[in-house]
Amino acid sequence: MTAIPATTTPSALSPRVSPAEGVRQTLTLAWRTIVQVRHNPWELGDFSIQPIMFVLLFTYVFGGAIAGSTGEYLTFALPGIIVMNMLFVTMYVGTGLNTDLTKGVFDRLRSLPIARWAPLAGRIMADQVKQAWSIALLLTVGAILGFRIGTSVMGLIGAVALLLTFALAFSWVSVLVGVIAKDPEHVQIFGFTALFPVTFVSNAFVETETMPGWLQAWVKINPVTKLSDATRGLLVGGPVAEPLMASLMWALVIAGVFAPLAVWVFKRRV
Amino acid sequence: MTAGIQAEGLVKRFGDTTALNGVDFVARPGTVFGLLGPNGAGKTTAVRILATLLQPDSGRATVGGYDVVHAAHRVRQLIGLTGQYASVDETLTGAENLLLIGRLLGMPRADAKRRARDLLADFQLEAAGDRAAKTYSGGMRRRLDLAASLVGRPQILYLDEPTTGLDPRARTELWALIRGLVAGGATVLLTTQYLDEADQLADDIVVIDHGRVIATGTPAELKAKTGAQNLAVRPVDAEDLSLVISVVGDLTQTAPEVSGQLVTAPIADPAVVPAVVRRLDDAGVLLAGLELRGASLNEVFLSLTGHPAEELEDESEEAGRGSR
Repeated sequence: MTAIPATTTPSALSPRVSPAEGVRQTLTLAWRTIVQVRHNPWELGDFSIQPIMFVLLFTYVFGGAIAGSTGEYLTFALPGIIVMNMLFVTMYVGTGLNTDLTKGVFDRLRSLPIARWAPLAGRIMADQVKQAWSIALLLTVGAILGFRIGTSVMGLIGAVALLLTFALAFSWVSVLVGVIAKDPEHVQIFGFTALFPVTFVSNAFVETETMPGWLQAWVKINPVTKLSDATRGLLVGGPVAEPLMASLMWALVIAGVFAPLAVWVFKRRV
Repeated sequence: MTAGIQAEGLVKRFGDTTALNGVDFVARPGTVFGLLGPNGAGKTTAVRILATLLQPDSGRATVGGYDVVHAAHRVRQLIGLTGQYASVDETLTGAENLLLIGRLLGMPRADAKRRARDLLADFQLEAAGDRAAKTYSGGMRRRLDLAASLVGRPQILYLDEPTTGLDPRARTELWALIRGLVAGGATVLLTTQYLDEADQLADDIVVIDHGRVIATGTPAELKAKTGAQNLAVRPVDAEDLSLVISVVGDLTQTAPEVSGQLVTAPIADPAVVPAVVRRLDDAGVLLAGLELRGASLNEVFLSLTGHPAEELEDESEEAGRGSR
């Protein structure tokens, strides 16, 4: 028994957490979320193998039918696949948060002298790392299959920055679902039932003009459409300004609505 | 500085349910304080308030002299929490869990690693340190939970039903660990629904039921409070059992309890004992044992609450959250 009977006399208890400490705690909690992936290969499969599968399936199964050639379709669809995958990956913020809440990890964290916002910020920061990884993976697989960036390095950086910004905003939807849901499975179910229609009723995978008129109305304002267009413009070429502004507006609206809502619900639950 | 824990008139409601209805108690520094009560009595709610996880609707509480609402961050620097709900991360290894907490408490990486290693060794988890916590047995999980709450060398430790669901051996081991902690100067708040656990470990006990304190005292005081004593008689020969039952029943004016060959009955008047001996001697009954003993905490609990402690185990714990 070396470590046990060691009660310290607290020399000085600090009255509150400094912002610098809060940031450090956020990094530690983000580290924890990344380390979890190592022990949970299924999750790694989810945001590594699944996107690769999507690229392969879309390109080789639908490519010929939709665009006439697989190569041409890849150029059109890869930005859309990246956007879809980004939305799905944000769901991990919710599932992770929900697991912490239902399993009691969150209570342990809240009983520690750490910043109140650090656990949430840690989740979201870890999500950004996963997002960056997924985007890099998709671009690499795309490149192997023949996708070429038609713009510049600045375009690439801009696209990644836009995607990460949107992910940050959309994380709040995930936080809200994670706080409301009964268990992590429900968060996943939401991810599939709500995100699939939103992503598919967009121009992520097919041209808007091919859809019936009543559907086009929604497709044209769907944030997924705007984000896909902006990502296409930044990676492949084409108009950027309008879809980029619209995407950022959407990100702002989503964060503006869901961040306060999620925080409010969150405070009521814990 | 006054260490220890003080609760004054704590009230907490969840919707229509009143989990705590004006609870007062004092836990002296350096002792084990037992918060005893059946499931749903309000124990967990009290611990959650003292751990700054919940705010009371009225009343106040101080931990180590600091208010749990207004000086919550200071309180958090003093306490360690182990409970049914405050859990480790199952997907991380034992070592990573301890490292995580050490880092969150601001320890440099090397220190946090050393602390994790020391604690794993102290809790006989060295071999399992690099395995995910979800692979641990129930006893190992509790030991890891306890280790996790000790990373920051807390002065005050909350153990919320630490042995629920453990086998007797794991339970005894955990008791030994808790005694070691108190010997090292810690103050322990222990909640339990096991009376023998409180009897074994606690210096002072508060019994709560339906959100109210119904008794306070040392285990011995609580036992003495009910006043009752039990006479236990065991005949050598099984054939004498019915005679013993009728004699004991006759003299104590009760219906004696029989388990195996042991006949027990509560007695109010000590003069009954020699009378029983005389009557049985006259009848030629040989006795293997005759004993007068104080009431067990179980009986104390029964007389205080009007229901036995175990009966309510199925009742859901109010806990203050759950599926919403």
